[in-house]
Amino acid sequence: MNELNNIISIIGKETARVIIGLVGVLIIVVVNALLLTWVERKVSGRMQRRIGPKEVGPFGLIQPIADGLKLLGKELLTPANVDRPLYFLAPILIFVPVLVSFVVIPFDSYLQVKDINVGILVILAFSSLSVLSILIAGWGSNNKYALIGAIRSVAQNIAYEIPLLLSLLAVVFMVNSLSLKDVVEAQKCVWFVVYQPFAFLIFFIACVAETNRTPFDLPEAESELVAGFHTEYSGMRFALFFLAEYTNIMIVSAIATVFFLGGYLGPVLPGIVWFFIKTYLLVFVIMWFRWTFPRVRFDQLLNFSWKILIPVSLVNLIITGGILKL
Amino acid sequence: MTYVVDIVKGAFSLLVGMGVTIRAFFMPVVTVQYPRQTINISPRFRGHTKLVADEENPERTKCIVCGMCERNCPSKSIKRVTGEKMEGEKKKTATEYILDFTTCSHCGLCVETCPVDALAFSADYNAVGYNREDFYYDLIKEFEKRK
Repeated sequence: MNELNNIISIIGKETARVIIGLVGVLIIVVVNALLLTWVERKVSGRMQRRIGPKEVGPFGLIQPIADGLKLLGKELLTPANVDRPLYFLAPILIFVPVLVSFVVIPFDSYLQVKDINVGILVILAFSSLSVLSILIAGWGSNNKYALIGAIRSVAQNIAYEIPLLLSLLAVVFMVNSLSLKDVVEAQKCVWFVVYQPFAFLIFFIACVAETNRTPFDLPEAESELVAGFHTEYSGMRFALFFLAEYTNIMIVSAIATVFFLGGYLGPVLPGIVWFFIKTYLLVFVIMWFRWTFPRVRFDQLLNFSWKILIPVSLVNLIITGGILKL
Repeated sequence: MTYVVDIVKGAFSLLVGMGVTIRAFFMPVVTVQYPRQTINISPRFRGHTKLVADEENPERTKCIVCGMCERNCPSKSIKRVTGEKMEGEKKKTATEYILDFTTCSHCGLCVETCPVDALAFSADYNAVGYNREDFYYDLIKEFEKRK
């Protein structure tokens, strides 16, 4: 106990708090990724009126660990003529935006690793990095199908980042601040989903498109392009892409709850419990989308963004600005 | 104006689809966890054939050893039907009925042509064996086991 106090007095209380927060965030990311693979398989099973995993452990709860062990044991086959630096960098790079985004999310009124005053800007900037990692995965694979998948993903992500930004901007107008803590605190009386239902819808759809989930999963396109941009990745490298996708889902659901559903605010239970309830509710809705809708065609995808989402979010922004001015 | 109508109609159709899925989410599963649970076999299931007992004298089968099934089988799966006339019976009684199940095509011609309806389909779907001879059924022996 004495040694701990000594270390804390040397590095400073704030740094110690940040380090503990980062460790907590890492634990959340890993546990969440494992949990979501299990939840996805169970939910998809029930929606298709079948059981999902049930043999491995009670209710199949140890299934993700069994999957992880299987993937660890697989041969890491590196195809010939891949662009080695890019090929090896891609699975690692895809985790960076997620980890950075978790730093600014307020899990409770005092459970935020660092309340950066341009919080949402940090999240949006780093989410563009995930686009970059998909592109270098596709390019470095030396495979035309992977490249097509990567190109489609870049077009999709660029097209859907704009309505994402514009719908968040409407909330930022109402709060007058880019910090996530301020956004949650401003929802003390009424959640923003009541004031901005269209912004919430547009933001949610844009989020599903950003994470490359069905119905917008052309880059992965399991039945069209073998496996899209991660065709040439096997074993643990593929597992990293897979886990990054589930962590991305958690991140966008967390941001949606912070901006529109009141974050950690709620009556009886502790804040962090409300936060996770709301976030996992949105995660369930994202999974619900996956097992309901067919995949959109590429031109339908871009038309939807440019011709429907962007005009509606622009109109919403103008109306919000107008009402706030009056 | 059609722009707005299209959006509203499209959004409504999405909600209808989501309603279908969430209703399915709460419906019971259709999986039958075989072998812990089994499904009831329908009465028209075609397992291997079996000999039916005579109503008046349950000790014997209805078979009168006419050989119609043996002659009618298109795969020549019924190898041998032998029998003899017992004391007090009008017709012959079968003592041996060899069915080679490995070539049987479950066509049902033997069941159909039998003049006394001595043959019927059994509901045995768990037939396993290690070699071909395990499937040379003697239907009289099966009948004796069932008595």
